Amino acid sequence: MSSIVIDKSKCKACYLCIDECPKNLIKVSDDTNNLGNRVVEFQDPQHQCLGCAMCATRCPDLAITEVYRG
Amino acid sequence: MATQVFKIPESFRKDAKYTFCPGCDHGVAIRLVAECLEELGLTEKAIAACSIGCSVTIYDFLNVDSLEAPHGRALAEATGIKRACPDKFVFTYQGDGDFASIGLAESMHAALRGENLSAICINNTTYGMTGGQLGPTTILGQVTTTSPTGRNLEYYGYPIKIAEHIALCDGTAFSARVSLDTVPNIRKAKEAIKKAFEVQIKGLGFGFVEILSTCPTNWKMTPQKAHERVKNEMMPVFKPGIYKDITAEK
Amino acid sequence: MTATITDKKVLMKGNYAIANAAVLAGCQCYFGYPITPQSEIGEFMSGKMQELGRAYVSAESELAAINMTIGACSTGVKAMTSSSSCAVALMQEGLSYAASDQLPVVLISVMRGGPGLGNIYPSQGDYFQATRGGGNGDYKLIVLAPSTVQECADLTYKAFYLAQKYRNPTVLLADGLLGQMMEPVQFKEYPYPEIDNSDWKLTGAKGRDARIIRSYAPLADNQCVYLEKLFAKYKQIEENETEWEEIGTEDADIVLVSFGSTARNAKTAAKICRQRGLKVGILRPITLFPFPTKRLQELSAKVKMIISVEVNMGQMIQDVKLAVNGKVPVRLIKKPVGAPPSPEEIVSQIEELI
Repeated sequence: MSSIVIDKSKCKACYLCIDECPKNLIKVSDDTNNLGNRVVEFQDPQHQCLGCAMCATRCPDLAITEVYRG
Repeated sequence: MATQVFKIPESFRKDAKYTFCPGCDHGVAIRLVAECLEELGLTEKAIAACSIGCSVTIYDFLNVDSLEAPHGRALAEATGIKRACPDKFVFTYQGDGDFASIGLAESMHAALRGENLSAICINNTTYGMTGGQLGPTTILGQVTTTSPTGRNLEYYGYPIKIAEHIALCDGTAFSARVSLDTVPNIRKAKEAIKKAFEVQIKGLGFGFVEILSTCPTNWKMTPQKAHERVKNEMMPVFKPGIYKDITAEK
Repeated sequence: MTATITDKKVLMKGNYAIANAAVLAGCQCYFGYPITPQSEIGEFMSGKMQELGRAYVSAESELAAINMTIGACSTGVKAMTSSSSCAVALMQEGLSYAASDQLPVVLISVMRGGPGLGNIYPSQGDYFQATRGGGNGDYKLIVLAPSTVQECADLTYKAFYLAQKYRNPTVLLADGLLGQMMEPVQFKEYPYPEIDNSDWKLTGAKGRDARIIRSYAPLADNQCVYLEKLFAKYKQIEENETEWEEIGTEDADIVLVSFGSTARNAKTAAKICRQRGLKVGILRPITLFPFPTKRLQELSAKVKMIISVEVNMGQMIQDVKLAVNGKVPVRLIKKPVGAPPSPEEIVSQIEELI
């Protein structure tokens, strides 16, 4: 099962990752981090994540810290 | 069993957090540098000569010995480091103003001498840290805080095409321009950085990569619009490509 | 011209003596750009460094030369650059960084006439440039002022030693006269211990955390702490390293203060004065920073007049006045630029002043 890990404390809410995900699994969350940013969250109830790492490659802040493919 | 396909590079300082503005591609570029250092096994023998501008903060993020150079002098200091320690891996990380305006003499002469150095230059068409003034790469028509009606030829002259100029130097082994506007281009950028590092390892001469990058804050754009600008406005002027590669098969 | 340790004295130009001594001091890297009257240093180094497998780079400018030197010094090797007046002006930014980075840069500054392009005659017009620094911010360079070709060699050794010992940029302040004149000089072995720099030099972060050599302190408080530390170091240098030569000051009514090539004629002038019944002594600062302020304070308690003899419009006299602090009159004998005033000229001006 593929998945990603987001370090919300690093997210600056640029939302570039949202556009990258081919399965639209990243969304703006209701939570804010210590920077006051509405951070992104990863939701994949149907296990659609491909583990393509496009989101992590795009993220300018290394906020997506891990990607697993399987 | 899932395999890990992305992680924070070992060359990256543990727990470091970028201090760049949202949507700024410095973060991507520095991560690519870190990945290349790690993949080529260079982290422990690397010494960075840092520049002035937003790029200077690279030493806060990389777990690499670093020397902070005055504005424009990174490649002079890198020359000194490399000549003193030819067995170390020495690279610079600079902005376009640092590399191609105030430091053009140092940059060009390092390339002309064929110094075994790798230089990474971020081109975001403006002076970012000081608030978005006209720089050497500001494109014609671009509005900045010091070109309020846009860069016009009569007043400001032309922008510089860095990768092409560096490619003209006989001591250059590799010169390329890449863009960080899309994920495929980010992957190409990494390959170019790796190549610029490899020519140093092989002792072939000067390796250079110009990276087209965003500055959403000073461009007064969203991160999304900023990346569209890289594609629509910058890339037609600063065409990505490999301008010199002495290792390429003829 | 070959660099060697010599049993006997050899006849040599000051510039060659400096270069020879630098090689013997273990200078591993030389970076420079030609300028009269010090070009012989780079010429000598270009051949010698290649022969020894050390580094020589013809830099594209003095800006590049000083920064290449900074780069080499950051890795813990001994490195130097050399230049003159209007081109040392171009190095001031680098020197400010080197002081803040605490890097043992050695600069040979062979003064010529100024301001601007000036001319290629000898001058002491860069006393301020060396001791005050033209770079930004609060910092000090160690400044050594040779008066003979032998001292050009000896103080070059010392410049490398003090630079390493205090991790501070150090200037050997010679002038066109010393650079171009030939005198007998002997080269002994580098007499100073090597300084351990393993705790700060850049070698690649292997088995330890990465090191950053920088001057940028984003927080004001950090910069306050940093500057206090830097100035504590300068105080230590003042206490340990102030050096001067004194002749005939025990019973003197008048003390001449003169440095570098000018002090040669000032010494002769003092001797002539003695023959004429005037009790004149001389104090020759060998370190310009640290300046022999304390000694001048002591002397000012027992002499009637202190005279600064300089080839400029009066620069060192400011440090003399600060030391004397109004206790006795301080006067100036000067020549704006060129060869130093002759002993007779100095004597006649002393006679006028009293």
